[in-house]
Amino acid sequence: MKMTRREFVKNNAIAATATAAGVTIPGIKDVLAASEDKIRWDKAPCRFCGTGCSVLVGTQNGKIVATQGDPDAPVNKGLNCIKGYFLSKIMYGKDRLTKPLLRKTDGVYDKEGQFEEVSWDEAFKIMAVKWKEALKNDMAANKGKSADKITSTVGMFGSGQWTIFEGYAGAKLMKAGFRSNHIDPNARHCMASAVGGFIRAFGADEPMGCYDDLEHADAFVLWGSNMAEMHPILWTRITDTRLTKKDSEVHVLSTFKHRSFDLADNGMVFTPQTDMVILNYIANYIIQNKAYNKDFIGKHVNFKKTTTDIGYGLRPEHELEKKKTGSGGKLSGISFEEYAKSVEEYTLEHASKLSGVPEKNLLRLAKLYAHPTKKITSLWTMGFNQHTRGVWVNGLMYNVHLLTGKISQPGNGPFSLTGQPSACGTAREVGTFSHRLPADYVVKKKSHRDLAEKIWDLPEGTIPGKPGYHAVLQNRMLKDSKLNAYWVMCNNNVQAAANLNEETLPGYRNPDNFIVTSDPYPTVTAMASDLILPTAMWTEKEGAYGNAERRTQFWRQQVAAPGEAKSDLWQLMEFAKYFKMEEVWPADLLAKSPQYKGKTLFNVLFENDQVNKFKKQVVMDDRGNSYQNDEMDDFGFYPQKGLFEEYRRFQLEGPKKGHEQADFDTYHKVRGLRWPVIDGKETLWRYSEGYDTYVKKGEGFKFYGNKDGRANIITAPYEPAAESPDAEYDLWLSTGRVLEHWHSGSMTRRVPELYRAFPDAVVFMHPDDAKARGLRRGLTAKIISRRGEIECQVETRGRNRPPKGLVFVPWFDAGRLINKVTLDATCPLSKETDYKKCAIKIEKA
Amino acid sequence: MSIPGKKTLQSRRRFLENISRAAGGAALFGIGLGLYSQQSKSLPSEAIRPPGVVNETDFLSACVRCGLCVRDCPYDTLKLSKLGEQVALGTPYFDARDIPCEMCEDIPCVKACPTGALDPELTNIDDARMGLAVLIDQEACIAFQGLRCEVCYNVCPVRDKAISINRLHNNRTGKHALFIPVVHSSDCTGCGKCEHACILEEAAIKVLPVKLAKGELGHHYRLGWEEKQKAGKSLVTPDIEHKYNLPEGVQYDYEGKGLIQPDSGSSTGSQRQPGDSPFNESALDRLNKGRL
Repeated sequence: MKMTRREFVKNNAIAATATAAGVTIPGIKDVLAASEDKIRWDKAPCRFCGTGCSVLVGTQNGKIVATQGDPDAPVNKGLNCIKGYFLSKIMYGKDRLTKPLLRKTDGVYDKEGQFEEVSWDEAFKIMAVKWKEALKNDMAANKGKSADKITSTVGMFGSGQWTIFEGYAGAKLMKAGFRSNHIDPNARHCMASAVGGFIRAFGADEPMGCYDDLEHADAFVLWGSNMAEMHPILWTRITDTRLTKKDSEVHVLSTFKHRSFDLADNGMVFTPQTDMVILNYIANYIIQNKAYNKDFIGKHVNFKKTTTDIGYGLRPEHELEKKKTGSGGKLSGISFEEYAKSVEEYTLEHASKLSGVPEKNLLRLAKLYAHPTKKITSLWTMGFNQHTRGVWVNGLMYNVHLLTGKISQPGNGPFSLTGQPSACGTAREVGTFSHRLPADYVVKKKSHRDLAEKIWDLPEGTIPGKPGYHAVLQNRMLKDSKLNAYWVMCNNNVQAAANLNEETLPGYRNPDNFIVTSDPYPTVTAMASDLILPTAMWTEKEGAYGNAERRTQFWRQQVAAPGEAKSDLWQLMEFAKYFKMEEVWPADLLAKSPQYKGKTLFNVLFENDQVNKFKKQVVMDDRGNSYQNDEMDDFGFYPQKGLFEEYRRFQLEGPKKGHEQADFDTYHKVRGLRWPVIDGKETLWRYSEGYDTYVKKGEGFKFYGNKDGRANIITAPYEPAAESPDAEYDLWLSTGRVLEHWHSGSMTRRVPELYRAFPDAVVFMHPDDAKARGLRRGLTAKIISRRGEIECQVETRGRNRPPKGLVFVPWFDAGRLINKVTLDATCPLSKETDYKKCAIKIEKA
Repeated sequence: MSIPGKKTLQSRRRFLENISRAAGGAALFGIGLGLYSQQSKSLPSEAIRPPGVVNETDFLSACVRCGLCVRDCPYDTLKLSKLGEQVALGTPYFDARDIPCEMCEDIPCVKACPTGALDPELTNIDDARMGLAVLIDQEACIAFQGLRCEVCYNVCPVRDKAISINRLHNNRTGKHALFIPVVHSSDCTGCGKCEHACILEEAAIKVLPVKLAKGELGHHYRLGWEEKQKAGKSLVTPDIEHKYNLPEGVQYDYEGKGLIQPDSGSSTGSQRQPGDSPFNESALDRLNKGRL
């Protein structure tokens, strides 16, 4: 009611202004007449997976009452998956958080106290006290140190579900404001290996192709991706191509059979970690049969050798880390012949023996890649990325496409899919990682920091030069009391992070630390925190997401958030008001910009004549509907627009080309644009002449992310998983998602229909494995690792059909936390956890 | 904010409804037990009998209304019909939308039955035929509109046998596929998990009594491919090898693909040995031919 009234008043005001100015605004009368009982429709991207389906959101009397797939959206043409079908219900769970909650005993904050409702001011005040304590310690510890040496005890864990504006504001608040690089997104668990692979091979992040590949390819190869469930609408496009295109084929590789195998012409179940063997075999086959593209390699490719035996990203005192002989990702140049020799040992027999895949299937796959004309799109998600050799295995995929030159062409290319709606748009492009700055710049390089400091109008040396703690390290540092003031936003990391009993919870409950969680719902993470901030979600705020094909999509705020819930953006900006510059920066830094003395952090970061450049205005669509914008109402300027236009300066003014986006207003009019957007035109296939304006006529291809314009083929030998089954822990455990639930289930499990469709997590296992342990379908099993155990029901007939020796457990269930069992081993290069491999045993409960 | 006047209107409507309901009730009472006996013969379509009921008439004569099957049902699926319900008084049934049958491997309800009304011969729950799931509303089912749901398929305990997914081209969008659930009476036990889980307000897939749900193919006709599968071979001796007059390089596949021309892409390519592929042309040139 409050919202409708406000909107009504706003509409009246526009009408009055328009009349006074002698202008007629089309439709405004209708809006005024209809706002009480008519459904207003506006567009927004779905807030679940990385596909980026567009939906039309129907609002009536301040509530979202309906949604429909957007029939004009090129990605989904009006379709949705089952999660998208229920978008209108995710905001209306019975237990939405509407007030800040602080742990208290006898009216004062107490880490061991019970949650009590507090005002926003009280919440921010106690937060500020804790932050200032940490900052004071930091300033003392950093005295006299240069920017590339300074450390921090303040951290933030963000999200690939943050809007672009939120990610950008979060990164700026942390890196420029609190001078801490300890900000990382949950996309670290999801896309970091893909990022590492892209940067090493191409010098620039994100795929070269786009979804049009799905209609242009002759063959699809899925490597560790169950698109049938995780990218449901994209899968309907692949399926359609397979059904309608003559001679098209689908190859699916995984460590267990899943729904995508239903479409497979060549389905292959391989032993965990041997994807590396198979990819090296394919490269070897291409070379042995001279199926490589000599001309392409000669013009566009370098060969590099990697350091090997690099460990498993565990704590340094772990046995495996002590044993390793190499570290890091240093590359050295080699010749084609040396590269060819490095893959020689990966023969068909060897690959088949190690992987367990029959020779004829492997040969068929190798022949496909070696085929002179067949256009191939390779797709992958977490199977490659959540891998202790994640960066390597991403690179091995590029090797195959680069050897044959099957890249950056319609239907031809390696396509790394994203899991989250804005893993690309926010986490990666805005640079919310501990080592990154906006638009592919990094904190390690002085010239990049200089650029950021110039755009942000900061004194030289403000941004720290040392990469901060990544996701897994943040949890370890919390446990070790080296990170003390910590803010979790837009994710559920206690449920999501591996080995939660040993490495996550201890840090959250460590008495030295103050943990804040912003979320719409009381998640496991919220429960583990000291302060919970009620948060607006999805269309309760204006937003922007970037999907897997580089498509940036905007939406307007449709409804008000319930109670006192506020957007992450508002929280990030408002919190900055609680700090004087003297409390966050040391005197010597502040002396370089004396105009900032006595100012608040909010003044410096957000009232810098850029973020606050656009005056408060009425957000209107071309149909004459007006929309509220709560952040604009509170701050008195249009923060989303100001932040986006400031962010664009990184794309336009830095030395790195190829990240250009269109201006803010354009995105509210279009159904997404695929960047780089040059002179208003989208880029479909990057690095390819004719499609990419940065490739000159006659060049054919240019991988301009690298200085020499060449892509890198990088060796990567097979190295075993961190933990493999043995006599006692005799099974592999793989974890993942299901179609009906999004991530930790905090939204989808609150939709009754989705909950009914897949209520609780089960363990998918082979019937013989169950039988051997006295179990059968429906009985309760105990899943035990060296780190922890959970109980859940056995499923032997379900959608996932693991081979003997492997089980699969989805992680959406807050009541059955499989991450008590998983291992926090990571790819040592990308720092992304391998959630797909650890050793467990199963007993009858 | 309520608009004055609207409330009275609503109350009036409710009043009228109540009046008619009361009138209806009185009428029913008037008809009395005569109708009750008639009802007991025709089971309402939403009431599903427990496993082991072979036909309704035999069941009704054998069932002594003892309620032991209901007592032994571990999931509270089964209930006894009460007075006024359309099911014969005191007999066991379940409403799949409410609580479906969990298909217990040891079938405790059948074991509990003292009279054999629930057929003791039923020892494998997969052989139960409580009813038959029917995707009854193809307009409301979002799968038919191209959305990715498949919840009924995924919850089916006899998944891939009792319900499978048929993939079809989506003519409306032109580039997506439809994932259509198809029920197979050969394996559907009528447990009702699909109806229970259907995410629509009103389920589009419903379990119906087999008699009501099942059509029957004319006795004069057989489906050739099914008969072939049953026999494990062609019913009539397979053809001798077919031979064709073909230009050089062109093949003909009698079993499947028909005419295979050398430039048609994979079909020939995948059969070609690696060494004999003409890799002399630059891949880039070849690839560019495939451009938009």
